[in-house]
Amino acid sequence: MTPQDIADKVQKQFGDAVLEFDAEALDPVIKVNPEAWFDICEFLKTDADLEFDNLVCLSGFDYGAGKELGIIIHLYSFPKRHSIAVKADLPRENPRIRSIESLWRTADWHEREVFDLYGVVFDGHPDLRRILCPDDWEGYPLRKDYEVQEFYHGIRVPYKEDWEEFDTFLKNPRRGHFVFQFERTLPANGNAKPKEKPSP
Amino acid sequence: MADSIQPYLPEEIKAIYEGRYGDNVIITSVDKILNWAKLSSLWPMTFGLACCAIEMMAASASRFDIDRFGAGVFRPSPRQSDLMIVAGTVTMKMADRIKVLYDQMPEPKYVIAMGSCATCGGPYWKHGYHVLKGVDQIVPVDVYVPGCPPRPEALLDGLLKLQQKIRRESHIRRKFEASV
Repeated sequence: MTPQDIADKVQKQFGDAVLEFDAEALDPVIKVNPEAWFDICEFLKTDADLEFDNLVCLSGFDYGAGKELGIIIHLYSFPKRHSIAVKADLPRENPRIRSIESLWRTADWHEREVFDLYGVVFDGHPDLRRILCPDDWEGYPLRKDYEVQEFYHGIRVPYKEDWEEFDTFLKNPRRGHFVFQFERTLPANGNAKPKEKPSP
Repeated sequence: MADSIQPYLPEEIKAIYEGRYGDNVIITSVDKILNWAKLSSLWPMTFGLACCAIEMMAASASRFDIDRFGAGVFRPSPRQSDLMIVAGTVTMKMADRIKVLYDQMPEPKYVIAMGSCATCGGPYWKHGYHVLKGVDQIVPVDVYVPGCPPRPEALLDGLLKLQQKIRRESHIRRKFEASV
């Protein structure tokens, strides 16, 4: 089936839940209402004509600071050899959506990653923990308005004044050797032998 | 033959000790012999974090052969190792684990920070929110090996630098300072 046929079939079944269809995109994508997310996914998987048995990828995205978040899935059908993408926009404050882990096991870790980096909560996920960052990390790093925390377990995370110094250093046409933070604590002659004292 | 390899000593000193001891006796200082033993059997921990670990493996394989310097016995436990080669990017999540591993190693223990990432954060220095900006923030580092990743020769050079450093250590003074 062509992407247009797939979109028409989903539109016929769900009506208003399908918000728009972009056939011109590199991966033709159906935008759906997050309320109907799970039902549409289940329909795409179980319908005899569609039979999307493979979840290629589940990703999150951010339209920009102050705008909405979203998730997108890419589906492929091995029996029918056709593919489609489905996406849904979520509010920035308290983004929640129903988990599709029960349909495709692939979604398990992918949803954990989206939760880790974008803070989207997947209702019904069996084990929704952070997957990459430490469990007690603050904030969601891939959001556009992310500000990194000052300290983690007493270790300093960003070195803002070093960065600013480095930026001004780059603009200087007669620049020499930039001295990093760690170099400042080293002895002046590095790992070389200490200078011998002049014999009296 | 035996005369030719003996060090030069003034005749009057030679007369004092010659013949007093049996064969195969070497006279040296405690510091020297302990340091010699320490630096020629540095056992590293089996511990690689990123691409630098590949170079570390190459350094221990036949072409570069870190065993020539006595540091080829990679121990699977921190409790049996003397040297921690931090080979690769240290993430914030890993930082706690590295601290634990370092604390588990018995004294005397040494650390080589291998590669740009372990030295100062490397390419993640500015934009990597998740990377520790130098492993020296959590453990004391003896030798920094720059490079991204450093070649095995660079790691061997770092090892030789560490051996030079150990050669200058004083075991007795260290004990004394610890007791004070």
